[in-house]
This record gives sequence, C-alpha cells and structure tokens, in this order.
Amino acid sequence: MSLPATGLGLGPTFAKARTQGRGVLIGCMPAGFPTVEGGIASIRAMVEAGVDVVEVEFPYSDPVMDGPVIQRASEIALAAGVRSAGVLRTIEAVAEAGAPAVLMTYWAPIERYGVARFARDFAAAGGVGLITPDLIPEEADDWLAASDETGLDRVFLVAPSSTEQRIALTADACRGFIYATSVMGVTGARDKVSGAAPELVARVRRATQLPIGVGLGVRDGAQAAAVAGYADAVIVGSALVRCVLDAPDPAAGEASLRALVSDLAAGVRAPARAQVRAG
Amino acid sequence: MTELLSVAGLLPDPTGHFGRFGGRFVPEALIAALDELDSAYRHAMADEAFQAELARLLRDYAGIPSLLYDATRLSEQLGARILLKREDLNHTGAHKVRNVLGQALITQRMGKRRVIAETGAGQHGVAAATAAALFGFECVVYMGEEDTRRQALNVARMQMLGGTVVPVGTGSRTLKDAMNEALRDWVTNVETTHYMIGTAAGPHPFPAMVRDFARGIGVEARAQVLELVGRLPDAVCACVGGGSNAIGAFHAFIPDEQVRLVGFEAGGDGVATGRHAASISAGGVGVLHGTRSYLLQDEDGQTVESHSISAGLDYPGVGPEHAWLHDTGRARYEPVTDAEAMAAFQLLCRTEGIIPAIESAHALAGAARLAKQLGPDAVILVTLSGRGDKDVETAGRYFGLLTEAEA
Ligand SMILES: Cc1ncc(COP(=O)(O)O)c(C=O)c1O
Repeated sequence: MSLPATGLGLGPTFAKARTQGRGVLIGCMPAGFPTVEGGIASIRAMVEAGVDVVEVEFPYSDPVMDGPVIQRASEIALAAGVRSAGVLRTIEAVAEAGAPAVLMTYWAPIERYGVARFARDFAAAGGVGLITPDLIPEEADDWLAASDETGLDRVFLVAPSSTEQRIALTADACRGFIYATSVMGVTGARDKVSGAAPELVARVRRATQLPIGVGLGVRDGAQAAAVAGYADAVIVGSALVRCVLDAPDPAAGEASLRALVSDLAAGVRAPARAQVRAG
Repeated sequence: MTELLSVAGLLPDPTGHFGRFGGRFVPEALIAALDELDSAYRHAMADEAFQAELARLLRDYAGIPSLLYDATRLSEQLGARILLKREDLNHTGAHKVRNVLGQALITQRMGKRRVIAETGAGQHGVAAATAAALFGFECVVYMGEEDTRRQALNVARMQMLGGTVVPVGTGSRTLKDAMNEALRDWVTNVETTHYMIGTAAGPHPFPAMVRDFARGIGVEARAQVLELVGRLPDAVCACVGGGSNAIGAFHAFIPDEQVRLVGFEAGGDGVATGRHAASISAGGVGVLHGTRSYLLQDEDGQTVESHSISAGLDYPGVGPEHAWLHDTGRARYEPVTDAEAMAAFQLLCRTEGIIPAIESAHALAGAARLAKQLGPDAVILVTLSGRGDKDVETAGRYFGLLTEAEA
C-alpha cells in the first residue's frame, strides 16, 4: 500500500524536534544494498532504533560526491540489479515503517525517468522530498515546477566555498531544509567533524529561517551531539553503511546498525551547545 | 538556420548552455571554483598579453601552427582531394597540447600550483604532465586500473615527467571512473588545485574554454586551405571522443554554411552490437560529468560502458556543443567501426608514410566515405589529431605483427 504525500514535507518533523529542544537524526542508506529487501530490513532497523528521517540514496554508476564506503555500497546494489522500481519500493517501505523518506539522488537517473513523472511516482510512493547533490537551483527549473506541483520538499546543498549570494539563492530554492556540507570533500566518516561547519551554519542562518542539516563525516553520538548544538539536523551516511558493509552476516550488520543509531539518537538529544561556542 | 549560425559565435550563453545542452551539474562545492575559472578564462581571452604568451608557447614549444599537408597519394586512393591538418606533428604528438598549455597558463594566473587530470590511454595524462613539468606544477593523473595495465608505457612516461599516476579501482576502472575520481579530488582540494579536463566536456566553462584553446586547429586550417586551394573545403572531418579536436576544427567554419562539418564517433564492433562509443549516433540525452549532452545510458539513467579499439574515443559521453551542432543540423555525426578505422590506418601508413593515431584513423575512414559521396572535385579537410606511436602495440596486434607476448 502506498501512502499519499501529506504535502507537509519535513516541516512537522523539524517543528516537533524543535519543541523538544533536540536535533533531527537523518540516516542514509542506499536502496538495494545489498538487495532491495536487505536494504529495507536495514532501514526498518534504523527507524526502530531512532532515526527520525530516512535518506534513501539512489545508487548511481558515477557518484562523484561519494567517498569509498557509499561508492562500494552503490556498486553492490547496482550489481545486484536495483532499478528505479526498487528505489520506489524502498521509499514505500520507509513510509510504511512510519518515518518520512527523502531520496538523495544524482540528477542523471531522474532526468532519464522524466522529472515530472518521477515526482508523481515518488510522491505516490510516500516520499516527502529529494536531496540533489549535483543539481544547483539554476539548472533545476523542471524540478522546481514538479516539486511545486506535487508538494515535495527540495533540498539543495551549500558548501564552505559558497558565497553569501549563492547561499541566499540556494536557500530561496529549498523547501523542507537546507543541506550544509561540513567539509570540502566527499562523503565518508571522519575522526573530526570539520571546523568549517559551525561557521557555514552561522552564515546560512543569516540568510534563511529554514532548518539546516549538516552532513559529511559524522560517525558517532558525541559528534552528533556537537553538530546538534548548532544545526537542526544531523545527517549520517557512511558510518551507517559501514555497519552493513563490514558485518560478517546480515544479523551482525543489523545489530551494529541498531547500536550506532541508538548512540546517534542519544547524541541529537543532548545538543552540546557550550562546546560549539568554545570551538 | 542563419539565425542559429549567427548565434554560434556567442555560444555558450553566460550560464554555459548551448541550447538545451551544457550547464553545470556538479556539487555546489565546485561552483565557486568554476566561477573563478570562468572569470580567469574570460579575462585571459580578452588580454592581449595572455594571447601573445600563449601564441609564443604554442609556436616555440609545441610547433604550432601545425602544417596543412596535401595528401596526394591518399587522395588518389580515396577519389577526392584530402588535406591533412597535421596535429600529429605537435609536441607530445596530438592536438591535446594546445589545451594543456592554455590551461596551464590559466592555472598560473589563478595562482594555483597543483593540477589534476583524468586520462584513458594516457594521452591527455602525458600532455598534462608535460605542461606541469614545463610550469613547475605538481601533477596528479587519475587513470582506470584497467588502463594502467593496458598502457604501462604511458604510465612510465607520466612518471618520467614528474607526474603521479593514481590507479582508480572503482566502477568500470576506465576513463569515466578516472574522471569521477578527479572530480572527487577537485571537490576536496579545490583551493589549491586546478582540474585540467582533457576534452571539450564537463561543467561550464570547460566546454567553451577547451574549445577556444583547440580552436586554432580550424582557424589555421581555414587560412591554409584558402591559400593552398583558393577556396574553402567542401567538408571538414574529425574524430569525436569528448570532442575537443572536432570542435577545434569545426568552430571557425560554423558560419561557412557551404562547408559540411562531419564528426566520426567510435562505432566499435558496430552500433548494432551495443559495443561502441557512439554517444550522438546511438545514445540519448542525459547528464554525465557535469554537463547535459548525448551519452550512453540505460533506461535507469546509469552510464553504460563504451567500447572502442581507440582508447581516446572510448568514452560514453560527448561535449555539449557537439550535441547542439547535431540538433541544429549544422554538423553531422556518424559512427566508424574498429575495422573501418584500422583499414584507414593502414592505408595512410602505406600511401603517405604517416602512422596516425587510431583516433584520427576514424576521421580518415569517415573521409573515405565522404569522398565517395562528394566525388573527385571535392576538397576534404581532415584533422589528423595525433600520431600513432602510442598505438603501435594495439595496431601491431590487430594486424598480427606482434603476438600477445611481444606486445
Ligand atoms: C590523438 C587523439 N585524437 C582524438 C582524441 C579524442 O579526444 P577529443 O574528442 O577530445 O579530440 C584523443 C584522446 O585521447 C587523442 O589522443
């Protein structure tokens, strides 16, 4: 059963977290990794363990924004034969599990599917929005129209190298939240979340009222707490994917996923505000 | 048509589009660097001192302008007058040196001292390492793992020139994956690093900038043909990989409506077999490596691997200006199979004593086809984009002159 899009997008999720004085935890997993059903099982475990929003990644042959971990997972998913239909099936499963689903997707698969058609099918599957790492607002006319028509959220990225003018332009085009990439680089868990992130978030705050999500590099609860101290959402990808990638069997993978998500969920509930001012 | 042609000189538009093609499909993190590059390139193009410095380098270092050669023995065989633009005589053996010297000067103007490049067979990697040595830059070349094995000699060449070659083990382990890895490096090190893209593709301003650096091919040839023949050629032929030598040859002729522009893509085993690299002839419109153009992709938008005997044409995409020239009808694109290209390769060796790059042999095979259509009075200009030294192994094996073990 597919659920209709509420048209509210991620708004209610952020509003609720704000009243609770905590950050939103967004957990990422490629669709179809290692199989469509296996990926769905991982996502269910993530939701049960405390992820607020699931970011499903559309596996793509040429993922230039992704580091080795997500590249590897995407390759496995593609080799196992995941297709657009499997991605949409995964979105449905997230909605059934009771969490809002956003899709992180390179633009090639969406253009090929047809932007308006994809928006309709994605909304019908219960998805709430797209994160588009290689689409800038200036190239997004079709998507702006299709997302307006379907009420989907649209999340563009800003980076430490973005000018004030580009931050404003990008924020204007976003709905749901805006994605601040904390480092100049690709996805991948890092020992230290970049020092550039708080400064970037402060610059984005001056340009918009939108919630701000920070991603690229978060790998544990302490880092999640630090990021939740200045951002509205903490986005975790590679560290979660690695749980599955490194596990000897699916059960072990699921157990380590649950453990990591619990740690991260505790982290976003203990935003470390003082630490940020000091840093 | 006339209206379109008058616009050609002005394309791309300020946001990097050729009609519906081109643009920037890259992470936001790279936009500032692309803007910086665009500004540096536009200032440079308008700066006489830059132009003079580039012209001096091209002349004294690379042997450019290249010769136009009246290939009379080949012409007899093909049945039309064939004029060869001898880019094979340039330093490093191909048209690619024009692009890397131009980009090296721009890199210097931007105050960057590290360059990265992607390479398939190693041609562009060698050219980039050459320019880096000349300018004293650090140079890192990304090359598919598969290709580093197939092209060990070129790996050694790049290393001799002081370059670092990084084998790429992800995806299909070939050129497109090398380009992905170069883009990842660039996102990470963009403050210190310039990405020297090797063809007229990628995000704006690369297609325009690489075209402008390659444009001398056509500007020189147009004047050389006029002087030699007293009129414009009937057709201009070039091979099309990413499209730099072809757009370089075509661009100056775009307003000359009577001159046919014909690009020859790698048809591999034949377009019908699915094993080819004919993005325009047999692909669809989509997004790859930062630009919207024709490419080989499956119905889910995943890039499909290309196939060609010629490493330099073995790429599943093509520059956006060619997509636009195709859609407007100003240029035509046709596939040439491995077998047709190798027959033309052999013919040029035997009639003229010139061993062409296998890439360029695709243009020769295309010219042979055109000669039949246009007849003996026709004048056909062919870009001989590179020399065949790098291809002696491949061709030696193809013709049975070298065994697997010897090659
Ligand atoms: C000799 C030669 N010709 C042509 C090409 C194809 O590139 P382009 O289409 O950009 O000219 C290459 C690429 O390596 C080459 O080495």
